[in-house]
Amino acid sequence: MRFWICAAVLAAASFGLALSPVNEYFFYAAYVVLTFVVLATAWNILGGYAGYVNFGTPAFFGIGAYAATLLFKSLGAPLAVQIAAGALMGGLLGFGVGMLTLRLRGIFFAIATVAVVFIMETLMINWRYVGGATGLQLLRPEVIAPFENYIRMLFVVMAWMGIAGVAIARYVQDSWIGRGLRALRDSEEAAEACGVPTLKLKLFACTVMGGLMGAAGAPMPMYLSFIEPASTFNLNYTIGALGGAIIGGMSHWLGPIIGALLLGSLQQIVTVTISGEVNVLIVGVLLVLFVVLAPEGILGLLKKIMPRSR
Amino acid sequence: MSSLLQVKKVSKHFGGFTALSEVSLDIAQGERFGLIGPNGSGKTTLINCISGTLRNETGSIVFEGREVSRLPAYQRTRLGIARSFQVPRPFASMSVLDNLLVPYEYVEHLKEADAGKQAMDILQRIGLAAKAHAQSNQLSQVELRKLELARAMAARPRLLISDEAMAGLSGAEVDEVLKILFDLNASGITVIMIEHIMQAVMRFSQRVVCLDAGKIICEGTPAEIVKNADVQRAYLGA
Repeated sequence: MRFWICAAVLAAASFGLALSPVNEYFFYAAYVVLTFVVLATAWNILGGYAGYVNFGTPAFFGIGAYAATLLFKSLGAPLAVQIAAGALMGGLLGFGVGMLTLRLRGIFFAIATVAVVFIMETLMINWRYVGGATGLQLLRPEVIAPFENYIRMLFVVMAWMGIAGVAIARYVQDSWIGRGLRALRDSEEAAEACGVPTLKLKLFACTVMGGLMGAAGAPMPMYLSFIEPASTFNLNYTIGALGGAIIGGMSHWLGPIIGALLLGSLQQIVTVTISGEVNVLIVGVLLVLFVVLAPEGILGLLKKIMPRSR
Repeated sequence: MSSLLQVKKVSKHFGGFTALSEVSLDIAQGERFGLIGPNGSGKTTLINCISGTLRNETGSIVFEGREVSRLPAYQRTRLGIARSFQVPRPFASMSVLDNLLVPYEYVEHLKEADAGKQAMDILQRIGLAAKAHAQSNQLSQVELRKLELARAMAARPRLLISDEAMAGLSGAEVDEVLKILFDLNASGITVIMIEHIMQAVMRFSQRVVCLDAGKIICEGTPAEIVKNADVQRAYLGA
């Protein structure tokens, strides 16, 4: 109950914020940070709960972005339809990739997911209709009533998507599904021996993850008014998604939120105050520090400081 | 007695190595069955084939009249074949109690509250109740063995396969685990025991089969087995 009250308050707050006279740049930056919250939350469903490390975030993110582009260019579909299509395509890709690769374990699965990114990027580079290698300029439609510009609206959309994504991750974590995923992460053989259909559960997790990532990618072309393969299938999304989860902590749905908010905000601040190159360096250093010193992330550190709280 | 499990001419190879060659077994309802053999003789491979962790290449496995050798492991568990692992595989990130919730939720589809109550019952019976909320990676060896058995029991099996549940335990601890297995058998569960501790297998089993190099070399009552020349040769060398 408390969760839903918080969610409603946050949803309303993001809406109110978008209508308030806050500096435009805030929404530009916050949209990107919120995208990483959705990506890290999605990543954690397969990577954190089930223990299957996925480097393919850009593939799922990108298929969502290109599904939206295709629908927008061919039919002029509205944003909601674009997002639904992105989620659907991301989910389908997750299911397909899962079918092909989830029989592989550990590092082999991780490598296979990298390959998916390159396959997707190559496909899009060679698809003239959606812009090919040079990309495609997109003209944003008129903004919907209460918002004074498109970026403010996208900020609200991404905030609500983040809340929905977290609600899904929280449900998965607290239900029997989450217990099954944790069981198979600890020992796949023992989980099967306890009646857990490991392949089905992994496929489910991979599909949900793909769907959320696809949805997160769908508004990106509208945000940039542009799409091209190199930046869409950029490995920075991989680092952002798994970095957020690792830095925040992978055992709880709160972890990826904390991690992605911190990491994303820090990156935005560094990009503005120092440079875009330094921000990549900072993510790398932070990741190494956390993996070595606090493998359970910020949540793990908090647990050590306050052993009673969960 | 009617038969619960029939293993018919099951073979399994790992590359060029023959782990099992045409092994056949017939295990009766309610039986206490012992499986012995030297290291590498195929005992664990055989029970991996029965429980579904591995697939047998030829032959068939029939459980309660139903061919199961193509079913994935989790479905066999749901049909009533439960096992413990030779090297304990607790769900290390969970508490002892949560370990048992997994089979309750996935085999019997119980709600968490009901499952919790029943899981506590089992822990009480097996002597782990005091550790219910301990993290399962902090258990001692004997507690881990008990957890393996408790988790198998939670799946409400009709056939329990105990894979070296007593390896590395002291004399008193062996007696404790043996008593648990006797009690389970008395409640109607058929038990296959794989064990290296001869004294335990011989005390427990009504019938014993000895495997060597993937073949059954001898079958009989415990008394017959210890006298058998082939068994002595397999264990002690010719």
